[in-house]
Amino acid sequence: MTSHAQSNLLHAYVDDELDLMRSMELEDHLTECADCAQQLASFRALKAAMAAPELRYTASNDLRTRLIQQLQKAERPPVREQKMRSLPWWNWAAAAVCLLIAVGGLLLYSGNRHDQTLARELVADHVRSLMATHLTDVLTSDQHTVKPWFTGKLDFSPRVRDLSADGFELVGGRLDYLDGHSAAAIVYQRRKHVINLFTWPEKSGDESPHATAQLGFNLIEWTQDGMYYCAISDLNQQELGEFVELVRR
Amino acid sequence: MEAGANSDDKMARFERLVLPHLDSAYNLARWMTRNPADAEDVAQEALLRAFRFFDGFRGENGRVWLLAIVRNTYLTWIRRQSPQQNATEFDEHLHTDLELSLTPESDVLRRATVEQVRSAIEALPAEYREVILMRELEQMSYKEIAAATESALGTVMSRLSRARGMLRQRIANERRTEVKQP
Repeated sequence: MTSHAQSNLLHAYVDDELDLMRSMELEDHLTECADCAQQLASFRALKAAMAAPELRYTASNDLRTRLIQQLQKAERPPVREQKMRSLPWWNWAAAAVCLLIAVGGLLLYSGNRHDQTLARELVADHVRSLMATHLTDVLTSDQHTVKPWFTGKLDFSPRVRDLSADGFELVGGRLDYLDGHSAAAIVYQRRKHVINLFTWPEKSGDESPHATAQLGFNLIEWTQDGMYYCAISDLNQQELGEFVELVRR
Repeated sequence: MEAGANSDDKMARFERLVLPHLDSAYNLARWMTRNPADAEDVAQEALLRAFRFFDGFRGENGRVWLLAIVRNTYLTWIRRQSPQQNATEFDEHLHTDLELSLTPESDVLRRATVEQVRSAIEALPAEYREVILMRELEQMSYKEIAAATESALGTVMSRLSRARGMLRQRIANERRTEVKQP
């Protein structure tokens, strides 16, 4: 064995890349060669030093969010980029019909897929609401302003609660079009974290909260008193859970 | 509607097979560029490229595939930054005599701080830095590293061995300097 081959073998050995026979040969050699044993000890120590978790960098939430926005832009033409009001009604009608066909098709395809698509749509909408200036259509922390504002624009009346006493500040409301129907988005904030609470009428019976995560965002959805709700935020699961409990009270 | 369904599939597959490796992509970019802002740029560009070329992905290892793209994006980036730096960084014969002067001291290594280890890794020439971090921080096999860096298995092994030699030398030196300075 030349010393160079020896060194490569030692590396392969500490990296668990050596086959059984050669590992055994090397182990025999190590018992009688102090030099190699010492080398091996050093490699192991170095390996241990490099295992410090601080040495592994992770992507920031900012990067993740930016990336998702860009991927979604790359994926499909930006239908919602323009202001709703500036489009002629037949564009919206056509878009609605397309969406209905798409959603219908997906529903037929599989129920689970529909959930996934909806979750993605909700995440996409949440992300879009964070960028630019379209977080709210009505900007107020007063629940008595937000609720009537919705009433004139939707065929249902979403429940709007002031939760600022519990640390969830009401920021405002927004109209959205999701999953083939109009949706109300009620916007809250805790510290710097925005929470979008999406809601629309749902005929199926009550369902208790169900938490999922998608692309680094937490989602909790449930059905209550004939309304579907989904709270979505980059807030941690636990605090979002507290928020949901307050909304459901 | 057919096209819509397909692009949906593409996004769903991308989310499942590639996006979970975003941290690995960023980690590689961060160690290669050695600063957070450039790392974000490189990682982001790599992910967007990956999505663009995703049709060419044949279901092999998603992380290896993505890291190969990150690495190429980094190489393009560093060439734009300064061709000179690139030339020295990739000099195969740099520091060849290091291993000769080594006095292996596992105790010294064991007492090294995270900062000492970090600066020793950052000081490695790029081609050695990438293999050692794929091995130790990403726990990749020799075969995966060879695929991600588009090099032969033998090259991976000799670079790993050289990288470890340089790291030991540098960390041991720092520790000794530290001891000498009261």
